[in-house]
Amino acid sequence: MITLVLPRLVSFEGAGRRSGAMVERNAATLRSAYWLVMLAGFIEPVLYLFSIGIGVGALVGDLTLPDGRVVEYATFVAPAMLAASAMSGALSETTFNFFGKMKFMRLYDGILATPVRPIEIALGELAWAMIRGNLYAAAFLVVMVVMDLTTAGAAVLAFFAAALVGFAFGGIGMAVSTFMRSWQDFDLLSSAQFALFLFSGTFVPAQDYPPVLRWVVEVTPLYRSVDLIRSITLGGAGWVQVLDVLYLLAVFAVGLTVAGRRMERQLCK
Amino acid sequence: MTLIHARGLVKRFGDFTAVDGIDVDVERGEAFGFLGPNGAGKSSTMRMIGCVSPPTDGVLRILDLDPRTDGPRIRARLGVCPQLDNLDIELTVRENLTTYARFFGIPRRVARSRADELLEFVQLTERADSKVEPLSGGMKRRLTIARAMVNEPDIVLLDEPTTGLDPQARHLVWERLFRLKQQGVTLVLTTHYMDEAEQLCDRLVVMDGGRIVAEGSPRALIERYSTREVVELRFHGESQDVFADKLAGLGERVEVLPDRILLYVSDGDAAVAEVHRRSLEPASVLVRRSSLEDVFLHLTGRTLVD
Repeated sequence: MITLVLPRLVSFEGAGRRSGAMVERNAATLRSAYWLVMLAGFIEPVLYLFSIGIGVGALVGDLTLPDGRVVEYATFVAPAMLAASAMSGALSETTFNFFGKMKFMRLYDGILATPVRPIEIALGELAWAMIRGNLYAAAFLVVMVVMDLTTAGAAVLAFFAAALVGFAFGGIGMAVSTFMRSWQDFDLLSSAQFALFLFSGTFVPAQDYPPVLRWVVEVTPLYRSVDLIRSITLGGAGWVQVLDVLYLLAVFAVGLTVAGRRMERQLCK
Repeated sequence: MTLIHARGLVKRFGDFTAVDGIDVDVERGEAFGFLGPNGAGKSSTMRMIGCVSPPTDGVLRILDLDPRTDGPRIRARLGVCPQLDNLDIELTVRENLTTYARFFGIPRRVARSRADELLEFVQLTERADSKVEPLSGGMKRRLTIARAMVNEPDIVLLDEPTTGLDPQARHLVWERLFRLKQQGVTLVLTTHYMDEAEQLCDRLVVMDGGRIVAEGSPRALIERYSTREVVELRFHGESQDVFADKLAGLGERVEVLPDRILLYVSDGDAAVAEVHRRSLEPASVLVRRSSLEDVFLHLTGRTLVD
């Protein structure tokens, strides 16, 4: 999908370098306050893991998976927390920050006067969001391995899966932001994000839902992300996970394409 | 060599036609001005030349390239100073130049040394490590001009470079732009300040309602559309109108304004003598040389356009 769509939008000659310059610009703005924000982003999933995975897990007891295996509740919840944190890391950078830069700081107006194209800005911003999201993911996976919730080998694979999840949600975040009219609209996004967080097979296996609801849940991007990462950290990945990967790649490609097109339409009138 | 070549250039936004078929040629080393009231289509024209706004119709070639297909290659050789400063408020003054240079693919080391030179040029060296926010309007504008120079452009586009600046800041900007012009940089600017156009432009077009209504050097435009001198008369009393009849036939044109009467004449002193001969006693008399402002108001009218 990526190889089909992207070359038509971007000629790769110089595009990577120009997107890289966007990343460099963001790195130059890093100040001490930002590290606190980053720290909060890392702590959040760990808090969920302890409170729900371990705390609630003590009440819930062990869980029987659809394939018959029995696992501790924390082991079941941890990969979902990783997926959710990859989602929120990518979204916070590509929604609030991206919207603010585009509409209020008028940052991109200046940049578009250089050889950089809208799609290259989008790609650079996405890459930046990924750097942040991947740091969260790596730190969380270390915690998981230390707590014996997965193996080191599975953690490495899960890291790449989390990166893919980040790219997919980064693409969604940017595309959605181009439709936002004001800051109020972001409340809707937060609600949607929270609903995804609660119902994407994160805390309860989706198999426990009524059939119709289950079908709805299973097409959401966070469910596919949780499914992918959980099957890696618990072991037992199969053909369904190939579908997860293709699905997330498609979401990423569509999101980035829509974001690039709409940025061009809005900024290059 | 013609750097900018436009024929029948049109820009429409929905039903609204911002630029209505203009022909422009800008030569290398020239300082070229777009003069016009607000809404004349100057900024839309500049955005098309800056390759951030696709033309709706007509021919546009910049540096002998087509903006529709070669946008990035053209923009690499342009410097743009927009009407509203869009500096990066999250970066320092120096970082604004060094990171901007990176968007042009300029190596970091070159970017740093060029930033130092440019800060010196726009007299901001002492504020290099300051954030952008606390800078005065004039300083921000100078920084924006420095940023437009960071890729050593062939053409610098300046959209109303001194709007909103105090007189000292304006003169400093003019002086810097004049230095650029002396170095052979091609300047294309929009303005509604007549003194700015007279100071900086070798050649200019007057735009009104999306069209070009006059073209030439400031001197030639004054000669063609105005007289050599203008006499401004103010009379005591409620209305200036009653005096207008008595001034009929004086000079080429008599213009009655609410607060004064303008006589467009070739010899101001002779006209004043004639006024006195007709036993008129104005409260004040001013004889001045005709300016681009007279041309501008003559061509675009005195009605306020917004």
